[in-house]
Amino acid sequence: MRRGWFLPIAAALGFSFLYAPIISLVIFSFNESKLVTVWSGFSTKWYGELFSDPQLLGAAWLSLQIAALSASIALVLGTLAAVALVRFRRFKGRTLFSGMVSAPLVMPDVITGLALLLLFVAMESTLGWPRGRGMLTIVIAHATFCTAYVCVVVQSRLSDFDRSLEEAAMDLGASPLRTFFDITLPIIAPALVSGWLLGFTLSLDDLVIASFVSGPGSSTLPMVIFSKVKLGVSPDVNALATIIIGIVALGVLAATILQLRSRPKKARA
Amino acid sequence: MTTAHEPTIPPPRRLRPWNAVERRLARVGITGRMLVLVAPVLWLLVFFLVPLLVVFGISLATKQFGRPPYSALLSTEEGTVQLTLHLSNYIRLFTDNLYVAAYLSSIRIAAIATIITLIIGYPMAYAIARSSDRWRNILLMLVILPFFTSFLLRVYALTGFMRGNGVINQFLALFGIEPLVMMQTDFAVYVGIVYTYLPFMILPLYTTLVKLDVSLFEASADLGARPARTFLSVTLPLSMPGIIAGSMLVFIPAIGEFVIPSLLGGPGTLMIGRVLWDEFFTNTNWPRAAAVAMAMLVVVVVPIMLLQRAQSAVVEK
Amino acid sequence: MAKKPQLAVDTRPWRDPKAKPFVRIRNVTKKFGDVTAVNDVSLDIYKSELFCLLGGSGSGKSTLLRMLAGFEQPTSGTIEIDGQDMTHVEPYNRPVNMMFQSYALFPHMNVEQNIAYGLKRDHMPKAEIAARVAELLALVKLQDYGKRKPHQLSGGQRQRVALARALAKRPKLLLLDEPLGALDKKLREETQFELVKIQESLGVTFIVVTHDQEEAMTLATRIGVMNQGEIAMIGEPTDIYEFPNSKFVANFIGSANMVEGVVTEDEPDHVRIRSAELGCDIYVGHGVDCAPDQILWWAIRPEKMHVSRDKPEGQFGANVTKGMVEDIAYLGDMSLYQVALDSGKRVRVSQTNSIRGNPDAITWDEVVYVSWADNAGSVLTV
Repeated sequence: MRRGWFLPIAAALGFSFLYAPIISLVIFSFNESKLVTVWSGFSTKWYGELFSDPQLLGAAWLSLQIAALSASIALVLGTLAAVALVRFRRFKGRTLFSGMVSAPLVMPDVITGLALLLLFVAMESTLGWPRGRGMLTIVIAHATFCTAYVCVVVQSRLSDFDRSLEEAAMDLGASPLRTFFDITLPIIAPALVSGWLLGFTLSLDDLVIASFVSGPGSSTLPMVIFSKVKLGVSPDVNALATIIIGIVALGVLAATILQLRSRPKKARA
Repeated sequence: MTTAHEPTIPPPRRLRPWNAVERRLARVGITGRMLVLVAPVLWLLVFFLVPLLVVFGISLATKQFGRPPYSALLSTEEGTVQLTLHLSNYIRLFTDNLYVAAYLSSIRIAAIATIITLIIGYPMAYAIARSSDRWRNILLMLVILPFFTSFLLRVYALTGFMRGNGVINQFLALFGIEPLVMMQTDFAVYVGIVYTYLPFMILPLYTTLVKLDVSLFEASADLGARPARTFLSVTLPLSMPGIIAGSMLVFIPAIGEFVIPSLLGGPGTLMIGRVLWDEFFTNTNWPRAAAVAMAMLVVVVVPIMLLQRAQSAVVEK
Repeated sequence: MAKKPQLAVDTRPWRDPKAKPFVRIRNVTKKFGDVTAVNDVSLDIYKSELFCLLGGSGSGKSTLLRMLAGFEQPTSGTIEIDGQDMTHVEPYNRPVNMMFQSYALFPHMNVEQNIAYGLKRDHMPKAEIAARVAELLALVKLQDYGKRKPHQLSGGQRQRVALARALAKRPKLLLLDEPLGALDKKLREETQFELVKIQESLGVTFIVVTHDQEEAMTLATRIGVMNQGEIAMIGEPTDIYEFPNSKFVANFIGSANMVEGVVTEDEPDHVRIRSAELGCDIYVGHGVDCAPDQILWWAIRPEKMHVSRDKPEGQFGANVTKGMVEDIAYLGDMSLYQVALDSGKRVRVSQTNSIRGNPDAITWDEVVYVSWADNAGSVLTV
């Protein structure tokens, strides 16, 4: 077939649309001037300013903790849910269960946030738990929607998993539990890693839900950034964004390589 | 080969500890399946389904001062339990122009933005699906990468791009063109939605397009169809599940979007997510916010169901 | 072919009514919802046999194998292995191992770890495991490949690793699901003999599932032909081919010409069948359990018939018919003639090409006589 010029050009324009703002943001993070858009010389002073802002650093540390915790909880819950959905063909309430697992993926953040907050308030007034709102409630909220993402990632890996591998292990004398740890887990490990990373970045990224369920004194990084950005452009946010983008780019690169390494083997098998 | 041996009866198996545990659990009717299911089911019930019910409950209460700032549905008066439900919040939703306008404008903005995203995303997905294996992985990663970088920071990056003295206007100034007002307009909101949700559109489209057999296009060309005809009568219909899945993945969250209208939109940009936010944080009218949320849920239920069906089609093919 | 020693009568326990079967499948039925995959199958398999379950897809052969391995539970019936009831024993507690169609090699373990996996589950001492793994690698001639991962092996090598892994625990019974299905034709032929050799040297009982009748013929001591969840016939390869018990088996194994006829003479030492399709009588030189005027079928293999230009002397005024050569397929070692009989019925006859470049060979549109011996065909009532 003749190769048209339309597709490459459309793709190139699309990708430049995706990346131009990010690239300009990175470039201007090294700008001397406080004016984010007028270049006035190379400087790393905004990075220095960033690391001397205790509020921002505190929020970043809190966000990292929340992200790690909620991604880990979501990893366990999401994997169990994926195993149930892929392996248990029929059980009572399967439709409700699969709906509950996938609905948080598309539920507008404002609804999720409001709903969880109202739940926490109601629980506090009737059960006395959780006491107030803060890190714990944010972790619970984030773990809930991250579970859905982990589940999707693990589910897709599990569903193209050759069942005879597990049968072979059982045939050779491994109990179902042993089989899970010896065979299933190592093979789906790349999916677990990318599921965890996905949950981690999503949690790190969330502004709306955290704003609802956080309490005084527990401002996450996106909340701090949002309040800064609302007031106008600030170059230290550019610096912060550059750091985050750098870390994420490295992480995604690593995850992609992991995934790619685990895929071709299967394709050839 | 001298390994001839009689098939021997294997040594008696050692009882493994979990075998005993398993058997004991089975005796009280607990199977391995239930153990797998119990944690996610409980978690999702308590932190996903119950909260939605709570929202519904509170949407039937009225605002009051105190903690919590809403009236109780159940009260005990002279020994009898009384259930007090207020429909006032819902009545307000239909009578107050603000809400009706916000809903309509949310749907309009989300729909227009979805169509623009589709128009931009489709050729990109198609180009990726048709590229060579080596390029395909790189391009896919380039699509996924922004998805992992902070949503908030990407919206912020756009403000730097579109503001009065931003990159675009500086570029236009090189050609002597007057600066455009882009920020705080509906246009900026469209750009924001397209920009942030583009990967959600591209990925499902790519998934369906990449599975289309090249010989289908060749067959169509062989039978005399020009490329445009082939696209309309072969490619487009076959990629429908991807189009629906991608569109819903953009449309549904765009309806409830809060960050984009509040950072890029102007005061006139009415979106329901923003209304809910203000109702809750500014007016602290929790029952009203809950009613707004329930109404928003009704709006997104049909798209969600469409999405579920399209997604299972994408996966099956 | 390669099983000469096994053909001695003393190595055919199924011919000895007093022999004790090693695997005993009794009235096993397996239903998946409304679908009956295996229907009331009873089957005895003896020690050191290489038994082939042969059938098309959906015939229930794989389901039967999976029930032997323990991956499926029979809906009803029992499975006994070496005198022990195994019907409801978990797969990991059975003295049975399986070689999977996809090989199911653990992709994250190397060849040695794959082979050692079952031994580790039995808590065998490390030194013994190492010795056993080395022994098995030698058996399948992969001594230098122990440290490789499965994806670094060729298809044939993977197949041998899968076999070694399945043999590692010295199972009483080895189940093989399409063991050669993923190999190309040439490699498959080589491996068939290899497999038989290993089976004979170890004396393990093999049950092989296959859809390839040539493979079954080459490998098996006995074949069980399966059709729609039932056993259609059990027998040695020669029995299955030469003496099919039903129209299904005759058609399924090899190719057969099948005609319908009516019994006109029914004697203890012979029967005569009138066939309008053939345009002649069929004289069968042995008694058949049938009634006069019964409608039945007669099947004959293409190589059991003969074509000639001259009318051969038929036996008892039967077993000769006439037709025109409609088509010839030259296959090198032999030629396959399609002859249209006067009734319109087409029969296929094969003839060995014993003369090099025969200029006088029978050719298209020639009128020929087709004849056969009185014991060449099978009379079938079902």
